[in-house]
Amino acid sequence: MLGTDDSQVRTVLARMLEEDRSALARDWAGQEPRDGDRSGQELRREAVELLVALREALTGTLPVSRIVDQDPAVRDALTSLSERRARAGAQPSATAMAILALKRTMLSAIERHTDDSALRYRAALLVNELLDSAGVLTFEVYSAGRERIIREQHSQMLELSTPVVRLWRHVLAVPLIGTLDSARTQVVMNSLLEAIQANEARVAIIDITGVPTVDTAVAHHLLQTVSAVRLMGAECVISGIRPSIAQTITQLGIDLSHIVTRGSLADALATAMQLLGDSAHPGAVTG
Amino acid sequence: MNAGLPILRLGDILLGGLPSDLDDKTALALTDELTTRIANEGIRGVIIDISRLEIIDSFVARVLLQLAGTGRLLGARMIVAGMRPAVALTLTELGLQLTGVRTARNAEQAMELLGWRRPGEAAEEAPHAS
Repeated sequence: MLGTDDSQVRTVLARMLEEDRSALARDWAGQEPRDGDRSGQELRREAVELLVALREALTGTLPVSRIVDQDPAVRDALTSLSERRARAGAQPSATAMAILALKRTMLSAIERHTDDSALRYRAALLVNELLDSAGVLTFEVYSAGRERIIREQHSQMLELSTPVVRLWRHVLAVPLIGTLDSARTQVVMNSLLEAIQANEARVAIIDITGVPTVDTAVAHHLLQTVSAVRLMGAECVISGIRPSIAQTITQLGIDLSHIVTRGSLADALATAMQLLGDSAHPGAVTG
Repeated sequence: MNAGLPILRLGDILLGGLPSDLDDKTALALTDELTTRIANEGIRGVIIDISRLEIIDSFVARVLLQLAGTGRLLGARMIVAGMRPAVALTLTELGLQLTGVRTARNAEQAMELLGWRRPGEAAEEAPHAS
């Protein structure tokens, strides 16, 4: 019974969407607060696109609860609507409210269309179910877009913050800025090792002037980088250790004794020159 | 006994290269061959160029370590040259730091470490070093 009733309601709704489409679109677009960039025409075009997709879906066989999730046309219409509004700077709640406003428009259209109160009631339930999930979808699309932007910016920041500069022939430097976590260590190591290979570097200077604190995790990452650099056949110098950081390192008992450390980048460069000079003289390098 | 890999002899230095993919059997055969030659020919230094090696596992890393140890016992220094970034990263992640093995950027630098030197090069290398 319910199945036939449901299909009857769907037929009525689909007919209503077909016949009253332009009136519904106008009505819906009229409810929106108008701002400068968005013309009424554009809003109506958006509305018509969604209404057409909804009608197609209602004449199809998908159950109402799955239309928004699985009907590609409805999904596309909602996704592009949400993305367009997000780009125009709309709040996600405003977009969701706009979708929910369509409910009111459709309910009054149903009232005009039929006098059968049972039919009205079932149609109202169906419209509710459909548009509630549509509202949720626009919200999801909005936050997914935000997440994507945040991820992109994060990876851009990672690349931006780790330049490898060539200080001298066979001498490279990496000025580190910000906290050193394992993801950044990976990026730093990768770009440093690639640069060592490309420049045939013999000395790599890691400058940690811009690293605010050094704890055991950061020290571990530094040690990892140093040992990778050594495997590549280059020597590693760590510079820019501030007095407070030196104190922390000693207090934490981190052993950096087998690593060449210098106070300033200038000192590190001088040491690098010394190392280069040594390796040019046979037998002077200790094995 | 023969690993099938070319090993050049330059004076008292042996220069060998590893292929891009080294299997365990070849690695062991190479160890055998190098050790024998170090002992028989009075070799002072061994350079292993791994610039073509793309994948390394803990076994190959251990073979390199053991080779370095054996070489030292026989009075030869071993230098691993030309490691790729990816290989260095893998070794670091595995916690294998090849302690006791000297590394060089390329075979040429390894030769320098063993005392070979192009004439007139030092001045050009580090202008303000002295």
